[in-house]
Amino acid sequence: METLEIFDRLQAEFGAEIIDTGGAAPGDLFISVNPERIVDICLYLRDSAEMKFDYMSSLSGVQNKDNSFAVVYHLYSVSLKHRVVIKTGLAEENPKLPTVERVWKCADWHEREAFDLLGIEFEGHHNMIRILNPYDWEGFPLRKDYQGQEEYHGVRIPY
Amino acid sequence: MGLLNRLGDPYNAEGVILGTMEQILNWGRAKSDWFMSFGLACCAIEFMAVNASHFDFMRFGTIPRPSPRQSDFMIVSGTVTMKMAERVKRLYEQMPDPKYVMSMGSCANAGGPYWEHGYHVLKGVDRIIPVDVYVPGCPPRPEALLEGMIMLQSMIRKEEIFKKRDKIKAEDEAKDIKAV
Amino acid sequence: MAERKTIELGYEGVPTDRMRMNVGPQHPSTHGVLRLEVELEGEIVTDVIPHIGYLHRCFEKYAEKMTYLQLIPYIDRLDYISSMNSEWPYVMGMEKLLDITVPEKVEYIRVIFAELNRIANHQIAVATFGIDAGAFTPFLFLFRDREMIITLFEAASGGRLLYNYFRIGGLSGDVPPTFKEDCLSIVKQVRNTNKEVMDLLIYNKIFVERTANVGILPADVAINYGVSGPMLRGSGLDFDLRKAEPYSIYDRFDFNIPVGKGEVGTVGDCWDRNVVRMYEMEESCRIVEQAVAQMSMEGDVLETIPKKIRPKANEIYCRAENPKGELGFYIISDGTAIPWRVKARGTSFVNLSVIPEISKGYMMADLILILGSIDIVLGEVDR
Ligand code: SF4
Repeated sequence: METLEIFDRLQAEFGAEIIDTGGAAPGDLFISVNPERIVDICLYLRDSAEMKFDYMSSLSGVQNKDNSFAVVYHLYSVSLKHRVVIKTGLAEENPKLPTVERVWKCADWHEREAFDLLGIEFEGHHNMIRILNPYDWEGFPLRKDYQGQEEYHGVRIPY
Repeated sequence: MGLLNRLGDPYNAEGVILGTMEQILNWGRAKSDWFMSFGLACCAIEFMAVNASHFDFMRFGTIPRPSPRQSDFMIVSGTVTMKMAERVKRLYEQMPDPKYVMSMGSCANAGGPYWEHGYHVLKGVDRIIPVDVYVPGCPPRPEALLEGMIMLQSMIRKEEIFKKRDKIKAEDEAKDIKAV
Repeated sequence: MAERKTIELGYEGVPTDRMRMNVGPQHPSTHGVLRLEVELEGEIVTDVIPHIGYLHRCFEKYAEKMTYLQLIPYIDRLDYISSMNSEWPYVMGMEKLLDITVPEKVEYIRVIFAELNRIANHQIAVATFGIDAGAFTPFLFLFRDREMIITLFEAASGGRLLYNYFRIGGLSGDVPPTFKEDCLSIVKQVRNTNKEVMDLLIYNKIFVERTANVGILPADVAINYGVSGPMLRGSGLDFDLRKAEPYSIYDRFDFNIPVGKGEVGTVGDCWDRNVVRMYEMEESCRIVEQAVAQMSMEGDVLETIPKKIRPKANEIYCRAENPKGELGFYIISDGTAIPWRVKARGTSFVNLSVIPEISKGYMMADLILILGSIDIVLGEVDR
């Protein structure tokens, strides 16, 4: 199914929660949705017989130009062989959205990674701790205003 | 060290090896270095290739040991990150003396390609443990690693064992004088 | 869980406590710097908690600081065992963004190199898995052959391990004049050795006893965890991106997708995952042969490389079938020469996350085998 068709179906199902489609030709089209109902939307995408998005390729946190955040879900259906991109926008202060860990187990580590690098918090995640950086690391390295630590446990970091 | 072979066959007859204790000990140490088999990053794959059939690292008398307590030297093969740094240091401390460290690859030498924005990369393993031989390259060719091993062996062969304390003391004194 | 190996230890009546144990970060069979926190009851694994990040090299930070071209060497260092394959999805995504069609010859060289690199990767995977199970000889055999592939790569790109060979719109240089003969002699040698390894390792009774029925991963669990590559195919699902959404020129070749059939145990056990890798090497050999036959050595590999790489503001997710599974790059461009964000969907990162699920209830020694059969590379797990 094409992205625009999926958009129509989703809008029929969820109404105003589905905001818009975006993206331009050589790149991917995406569907922007409201972060509050993301779990229901994902469950619908996974379980409905026409969609069957059973495979989550990737979940990425992004910081936009205006310093707000976004979380992007790349979904794929192994049985029906189609794909879709779902995007949610988050505020600059205290970015938060519900976890989709119970929809796709794959999201577990991806969400922890987004938390570790960008500080996006996923509510309801069973283990929201850092994954790549040490557990006592300070700051979120992938934010655009990140200043590296000078020292970690007595060892100098800068070159 | 000289081999005095007065009576023809050195094994069955009284072949004599002459040398100082130091030379003989050093010879033994240089020719049977057990290393800690321990890989960190991409360089470890080249290190594996060195260990495999084509380059045959074991002809230097090296044997891989999984435990630091049984090894003579350690090859830091790859990027050391901040999270890993304490572990590398602890591994080094667990090795019995005399111990040597070979730093393999640009990452272990000075941060390599990650020197500039690598907020989580240790810029050179010599910030936490002393290094004896640096092998440059990203990754170093196996030949370079073999060259590093030869250098390490020749270093060990020149080692002073018995008069070491006196010598270090003399050096320190000389330094103090300079500082004054 | 499916059938589970049970071994009578004769411990009845002996009170045992649960014990927590650390495997790694320095451990000869974690294939790098991975730490597993294992909870044991006697000798049985009851829980595994992976701690990763010991090789976190800030790839995504670099992606925001380097130009599009300068990023390729860093991509090599993600999955350093199969660098040629890793570069491909990124380069392909950029070509789509810039709307470049690369010449036939480039496509053929890319296919051949990617398939040879797939062979080299599987050789390492099977060799190290053999070592985990206690078989050292296949390691020597397979590394001997790998050296031939590496020599060819070195002749083309100059690097033995990290090639930096693919360019956006082409390749960094032409292949050596004896390219075709070299490929064919590699294919011949790989086939010979694989026959030996099949007898020596795969159908060896000790090996079968140790790996069959261990670490069973059912296909639906695998999909939910996002597992891909030989691991997913070992669970009996014939999903391969080269067939499912043929990129580049993969639709021109005739090849099969080997899947795990549970020949000696249950579908989706360690043995299946490993034998899938062996058969995949054979399929790669077939692709290389066909590509060598179809390819012409005439032509330029540099002509479509753009002078200036400045894609318009856009975003794309591009993926390809790596030896370990699906590797994807999510590229966001903002009209400058530096990417706004590049997220790498590491294959091993996702594949490793399934280990708590599949290792519960097995013996501690089996955990090492399960980890070996996943075929992780820590550079990609931690990025
Ligand atoms: S020096 Fe190069 S090859 Fe070695 S670990 Fe660092 S990046 Fe990898």
